[in-house]
Amino acid sequence: MKISTSWLADYISLEGLTPEEIAEKMTSGGIEIDSVEAVDKGVTGVVVGYVKEKTKHPDADKLNVCKIDVGTGEELQIVCGAANVDAGQYVPVATIGAKLPGDFAIKRAKLRGVESQGMICSALELGLNDKLLPKELQEGILVLPKLPLGKPIGEVLDLNTSVLELDLTPNRSDALSYIGVAYELAALTGHSVKLPDGKVFHAAEKTSDHLSVRIEAREECPHYSARFIKHVQVAPSPLWLQNRLMAAGIRPINNIVDVTNYVMLEYGQPLHAFDADRVADGGIIVRMAREGEELETLDGQQRKLQPHMLVIADSEKAIGLAGVMGGANSEVTADTVNIILESAKFDGSVVRRTSRQLGLRSEASLRFEKEVDPARVIPALDRAAALIAELGQGLVTEGIAQELIHAAQPAVIEVSLERIGRYLGIELSKLEVQTIFGRLGFDSEIRDGGLIKVQVPTRRSDITRDVDLIEEVARLYGYDNIPTTPIVGETTPGALTVPQAVRRELRRRLSDAGLNEVISYSFTAPARTKLFPELSQGAVPIRLAMPMSEERSVLRTSLLPQLLETAAYNRNRKNNDLALFEIGTVFHTDEAELTRLPQEKHRFAVLLTGLRRSAAWNRKAEKVDFYDAKGVLETVFDVLGLTGSVSYEAAAPGDLHPGRTAAVKLAGERGEQIVGYVGQLHPELQQESGLDDVYVAELDLAALYDAVDRDIVYRQLPRYPASDRDIAVTVDEAVPAAALAAAVQAAAGELLESVQVFDVYTGEKLGAGRKSVALALVYRHPERTLTDEEVTSAHAAAVAALEQSFSAELRK
Amino acid sequence: MKERLEALRAEALQELQGVAGPQELGELRVKYLGKKGALTEILRGMGALSAEERPVIGEVANSVRGAIEAVIEEKTAEYRRAETEERLRSETIDVTLPGSGLPTGAVHPLNKVAQEIEDIFIGMGYTIAEGPEVETDYYNFEALNLPKNHPARDMQDSFYITDEILMRTQTSPVQIRAMKAMNGQSPLKIICPGKVYRRDDDDATHSFQFNQVEGLVIGKGIRMSDLKGTLLQFVQEMFGKQARIRLRPSFFPFTEPSAEVDVTCAQCGGSGCRMCKGTGWLEILGCGMVHPKVLEAGGYDPEEVTGFAFGMGIERIALLKYGIDDIRHFYTNDLRFLSQFARM
Repeated sequence: MKISTSWLADYISLEGLTPEEIAEKMTSGGIEIDSVEAVDKGVTGVVVGYVKEKTKHPDADKLNVCKIDVGTGEELQIVCGAANVDAGQYVPVATIGAKLPGDFAIKRAKLRGVESQGMICSALELGLNDKLLPKELQEGILVLPKLPLGKPIGEVLDLNTSVLELDLTPNRSDALSYIGVAYELAALTGHSVKLPDGKVFHAAEKTSDHLSVRIEAREECPHYSARFIKHVQVAPSPLWLQNRLMAAGIRPINNIVDVTNYVMLEYGQPLHAFDADRVADGGIIVRMAREGEELETLDGQQRKLQPHMLVIADSEKAIGLAGVMGGANSEVTADTVNIILESAKFDGSVVRRTSRQLGLRSEASLRFEKEVDPARVIPALDRAAALIAELGQGLVTEGIAQELIHAAQPAVIEVSLERIGRYLGIELSKLEVQTIFGRLGFDSEIRDGGLIKVQVPTRRSDITRDVDLIEEVARLYGYDNIPTTPIVGETTPGALTVPQAVRRELRRRLSDAGLNEVISYSFTAPARTKLFPELSQGAVPIRLAMPMSEERSVLRTSLLPQLLETAAYNRNRKNNDLALFEIGTVFHTDEAELTRLPQEKHRFAVLLTGLRRSAAWNRKAEKVDFYDAKGVLETVFDVLGLTGSVSYEAAAPGDLHPGRTAAVKLAGERGEQIVGYVGQLHPELQQESGLDDVYVAELDLAALYDAVDRDIVYRQLPRYPASDRDIAVTVDEAVPAAALAAAVQAAAGELLESVQVFDVYTGEKLGAGRKSVALALVYRHPERTLTDEEVTSAHAAAVAALEQSFSAELRK
Repeated sequence: MKERLEALRAEALQELQGVAGPQELGELRVKYLGKKGALTEILRGMGALSAEERPVIGEVANSVRGAIEAVIEEKTAEYRRAETEERLRSETIDVTLPGSGLPTGAVHPLNKVAQEIEDIFIGMGYTIAEGPEVETDYYNFEALNLPKNHPARDMQDSFYITDEILMRTQTSPVQIRAMKAMNGQSPLKIICPGKVYRRDDDDATHSFQFNQVEGLVIGKGIRMSDLKGTLLQFVQEMFGKQARIRLRPSFFPFTEPSAEVDVTCAQCGGSGCRMCKGTGWLEILGCGMVHPKVLEAGGYDPEEVTGFAFGMGIERIALLKYGIDDIRHFYTNDLRFLSQFARM
């Protein structure tokens, strides 16, 4: 909503207030002013002039030489390039010494050898927004109606004003009008509101002879009123009216339509004028649209109506879409003689639904949607009728044709002084509170026990209960005047839950270890949900009803596709060495059409590619490999105290390298379960993605949350020495190292403290299909020093186990 | 014998004087003091001496040994010093060459900011509540006093999946879930961080996916002044002791009264700069007293308890805090962007 201060001053005194001060007051009162714009952009010395004569410039085709009278008695010669300039026009003339916006000074000049004593101005040159002017005036000079010569243009065009742009919250539709804004400003300043004079002078004829109104849709239209105006002369509106409409951003059309718009801006009550001679039988019916009914709206569109849409009709046809837009079949045109002027209250949600469905929003629908003040239906009707009578020389017939299903009553709400104080944390006296309500224009009376009974006018339909009144008190008391206090009462301990603590720990550890955390979009392309099928576990991708793009149309079912996208994005920017992780939610459902919320799974994913360490003066570059990715998981499980419960097993899930991937298994109370995978990206997918070797892992965090061991229990440091032994064996290449270690652990028994693989080797000497694995074993007894015999015996058992189970050959 | 000893002393000292290096010094030690050395050789004759002479000669012999040892020790120390010096010289490196640093990665800046906010509120006795990102229309809107067809729904265009299920447009539905879980018990003090989604064309300041943190306090006798006190404490911990807040009346369907909260510009401290567009204030929070209808939806009696709620956009705070010019950086995850946050 745009408010021009010179117009606003019709309804409330603005004395002593600059536009900036008004904006400041409004903003701190809760109606934010987005901008304050002076319409006058520094124009001086521009006056109304008359083009007495136009001749072609002798040396320039596109220039004209005009003789101009600006009322000084002296004739000015001005060279003008506008195509629309002509003799007999009244035009804005910038005389020598005039200033135009941008500090542009007009000087005596010669144009192609002809002297020019000033400039004829276009709207744009005067700093006006010319978007609302007819096209020919946008392209050429501004042509004015007949006006006194020499009159300063600022007075003519109402430039001495400022336009405030209101950013209204949805609850304050009462401020969608000048009078509404005046009431608000009155509450903030203590000034009083002056309402326009809506007195209608009647013709002798009775309205009922011409017009009747019947409401069929009684739920959707509680009040419909109309007046009949005869013998109007449709013409352009006077300049003051056009200026005001344009300041509000509305295009002037003719005196009838302009008045309906003007009064809508004044009262917030949308009005509509029908050509009475195109309404059959003068009978207005408010009803629901019929199945299959169509209507051409004023914008020239043929609209298919539906039975939930409210229409204005005559006995034969729909003539308007109630509260949204009039019909072309009853439009006021230059030939219109008699009009029916409508003012009504339509149900906001009906208007909203219709306007949404048809994609048709208007100044009227905007206001009806937010519920207009029922008390203004008649005052606005009368105000508009009076203005049309004045400006269009029409005759208003006697009486209003109307049907009132139910009249809105002002809300009566009770609130106690004590509750106001307790709610806000301030102490107010009865007098202070009553003064505030008085400024708002709310009648209030004090009842027993500090109870205040407040009558809220219908214009403030946003106020329905005591807390709404408390807000009014708070905002007029001033939010800044409310003190800051600490919460009194029972204290509560703050803490992280286990899952929250786990995610934080992972973030901290991994970033400390050199990985960068990413956050990717939850929306992805359908094709991407098909990648890594084992991670999606058969989930049906969930599709948005109205995605912004196909690329972001379904919810992710695993994190890795998004990480690949991130890797490709970085690769395109030459960020080749990546160690990334993400902790986020994936969305799983088995329903094709959601009837319940999907499962949201917390996942952890890692992506490594490029170099582990870049080359430097003292070292060679090292490429990442599978064991870096696995190492990240090992660190994760270590940190969570789960190392002992985790195992890795060769696996071949989709889109990962079948020879370089492991399923990650977690043993728990309910047995062993796969909680994720770690592996190299399948070479085909890698090539498609345009990436270097990529190693990835993704884990389900829920299982980890359940299993995490947060109890650190101290173990006594060993008091007796350990005995170290190594075993090197050759085995078949396919034998997993973990199996060897497990066999050794089982065979050597309790004395074996640890077993580590410290070398793996393949080579010609060993023969094809063989490998050498070296294990370091540490034997120890917690309570005594082991004897050589004990160690030797345990070690022999370990070696024997390897030989028996894996046909291992001991290397000497 | 005494003469021989004295002669040995003179000879040894002289020879030691001209010693050429550590190796020769070793040889001389053996020559004079070794088991088969000159001194031992002479002292072999001690047996032939009388009881009176023995101590006298013994003393002379010790004196000779002492003198020779002293010189040898001095020379040894000298050689060791020289050797150390030589070693230090030969081991000198170029200390201006770069070191082999530890790897450093970064927590994503949005999580960095979120954790900072969480920590402040945890310190104030809040717990962190979480809820689903895919929500029902009921929790996301209706329970928050936004019935279907409410004009305020225009404020946030939503990503619907079905008529009843959508991507949450705010973290507020978590409030309802948290309230219901309390079964009418109070006090309740939570913050709810998380991703939210709104239909918005992406540009430098808009993203269809972003993060919010909401706070909710429900209890007996919670006042609007408590809300102001809480927010002031928060902004002072977040932005520094000098930070001030300013509340402006506003509208949210789920709070009444409602307010927008401005914080003194962190850049200029309130004097006005480019960041705050000359106003000295930055709008970072929305807040208000929990609407009675929302309390009812959460299972509370609005006559018994009151509460306040507040919410802020994490992206906005991160943009301001780090001076980032484009919100899309948070989601494209350019390594050159991410790695800037690998520090305090």
